[in-house]
Amino acid sequence: MINANGIRVLEIDLNKQKIKAHNRKDLLAYLGGVGVATKLLDEYIMPEKDALDGDQPIVFAIGPMETIFPVVTKVVAMFRSPLTGELGESYAGLRLGLAMRFTGYDAIVVKGKATKPTYLVITADGVEFKNAEPLWGLTVEETGRILRRRETGSGLRSCIRIGRAGEKLISFAGVNVDTYRHFGRLGLGAVFGSKNLKAMVVKGEEGLAITDKKEYQRVYKEIYQRVVETEVMDKYHGLGTAVNVLPLNAMNGLPTKNLQAGSFAGAEEISGEAFAKHSLVRKLACSGCPIGCIHIAQVRRQFGDHYEYYTTPISYDHELVFALGSFLGIDNRDQLLELIEKTELYGLDSISTGVLLGWLTEAFEKQLVREEMIGCRPAFGNASVYREIIDRLVAMDSDFYRDLARGTWYAAAKYGGCDFAMCLGGHEMAGYHTGHAFIFGQAVGARHSHLDNAGYSIDQKLQGWDPEQVVDKIINEEIERNILNSLVICLFARNVYDRRTVVSALRAIGLDWNEESLGELGKKVFRLKRDLKEKLGYRLENICFPQRYFETKSFTGFVEEEKIKQLMDIYKSRYYTV
Amino acid sequence: MAEAKILKAPGMAKCIGCYSCMLACARVIHNDYSPRRSAIQIRSTGGLQSSFLAVICRGCLKPACAEACPAEALVERPGGGVIFKKDLCTGCRKCVAACSVEAIFFDEDEKKPIVCIQCGTCTRYCPHQVITMEVRND
Repeated sequence: MINANGIRVLEIDLNKQKIKAHNRKDLLAYLGGVGVATKLLDEYIMPEKDALDGDQPIVFAIGPMETIFPVVTKVVAMFRSPLTGELGESYAGLRLGLAMRFTGYDAIVVKGKATKPTYLVITADGVEFKNAEPLWGLTVEETGRILRRRETGSGLRSCIRIGRAGEKLISFAGVNVDTYRHFGRLGLGAVFGSKNLKAMVVKGEEGLAITDKKEYQRVYKEIYQRVVETEVMDKYHGLGTAVNVLPLNAMNGLPTKNLQAGSFAGAEEISGEAFAKHSLVRKLACSGCPIGCIHIAQVRRQFGDHYEYYTTPISYDHELVFALGSFLGIDNRDQLLELIEKTELYGLDSISTGVLLGWLTEAFEKQLVREEMIGCRPAFGNASVYREIIDRLVAMDSDFYRDLARGTWYAAAKYGGCDFAMCLGGHEMAGYHTGHAFIFGQAVGARHSHLDNAGYSIDQKLQGWDPEQVVDKIINEEIERNILNSLVICLFARNVYDRRTVVSALRAIGLDWNEESLGELGKKVFRLKRDLKEKLGYRLENICFPQRYFETKSFTGFVEEEKIKQLMDIYKSRYYTV
Repeated sequence: MAEAKILKAPGMAKCIGCYSCMLACARVIHNDYSPRRSAIQIRSTGGLQSSFLAVICRGCLKPACAEACPAEALVERPGGGVIFKKDLCTGCRKCVAACSVEAIFFDEDEKKPIVCIQCGTCTRYCPHQVITMEVRND
């Protein structure tokens, strides 16, 4: 039976090359996923030590429904973020969830620092510590190819790895998962780098017997049919998330040229529709998801005379189109794909990279930073100069670039321009200028992500100004998402997995939860994250809002500083009573 | 009587790698959550940048696996493929070695092969009709 002996935690000590497996009955009360991961992070974290101290832990977790119900495909990673210094929490899909599930481990804690570059091979039988010296310095792509050749187990394994950005401890380096997905945000790649950890290959080759076949089949089938036969997930398998580009653009909601505008003249060219028509070559799915939202475009490039070409497949999504497209004034699809490719190969978070480049361009225009510091002249719309800057950023061969490598907010605090450094809570903004709820939501969210509480969606649905309602919705959505994330259900399926469905799915695999106990769990995780963040130095009153948010008209009109203040005041009175 | 159908994978270029087929086989036929216990296995052949291959029983008319089985646990199925008589199987693995497309998997816990019974359950969970059941026509 699932979780019969509790939550199974694999603890890996990179320094001693030792492992321990624990069966934790006490963790059952946290269900799985972000609930379990937050609790484990709280146990292992060292608040007095820097995020990139080798002693800090990385926690990966899945929930009891992982892979065995449709679209329950993600893994959560938690760590201390080198970008914000606070809570690091990031999600990724593809094969990792399946692979973890069938190793039999519900959570993996990686601690300590390897004495030399290392990669891990994790199976049900244990962990191998392997030499990654020859892989150090290689791109995410080439590392993946080598590991796939070197390690057995195609199909039921996952390969996660960092590129040079992570090795060089760039604060917004991500971890690539199976080529097309990522633990993108908040710098997990740098945490890998700080541990001399290049990659992890996870092989899920164990069986897991079904206990109540009849009920499980019934619930599975019902959910599967809702996923494939109803319209709840249409947008994700159609144009994908890039479907957002044109509607946002039409209503001033698409951050453009460092949010100097909310709409972009070149939006048509980089829209989901244009990508689908001209560049889309295939779609892929995470294991256990019949939707297939991963959109792959092909970029074709000539590298020599006599018709010498090569092509590269690149996955694209709304956030990348925004961050490396409209936000930088790039209106050419191939140039945009080449920028995505650049961030991919180095293993950088594309959102943070784009927002940093946006700030840098404007800081250069305003003469806060000079050409001799940057080494070139950044300009909106000039993709080749942005590619050059990304190369210099990763090379990190000057104090200036070492400062940029610490993220937009750090750079702006040092060189000026905080009013147009488009961060919230120290984290680069997501691709929505929809109004008050987005800005406020990303600022107060546990990890300062638009996905903490989906303020952008609240903006688009709210009628009239009702600050109490906005704050309620932001808090309630975060609590609801804590439940989904404790099961690590893909949030694209949030409308399929209402609490009632979650309860019946859990019961079909022998776990007794009800709608109330799930609600309590969501709140408990909210409080746990809040208290953990405070231990790491977070203070709600330190949040500030760059002026640019108030200067550029949004999807719902101008955002007013006074109204944001109102939301913050209401939030302060409720934050501690959840 | 209509002729028996066998599993085919004519549309692999359309496969998105969702593994719904593998999960269905494991869930419905092998009473297991894990796609490891599935008689259909989807594999990439060069990472996710290449298209997928369905490692499936090709429904041979003269199945080498049945020929290799010393215990008569695998017998020819009319229309192609084999019928697996689990009780007779001794777990010798000769069938696994005999299959030249490596479509018979071995369950190390049960010490029995995982053999496709040509039931078509997997095809009912494929969102893109990549795999189908067809009468053998060659």
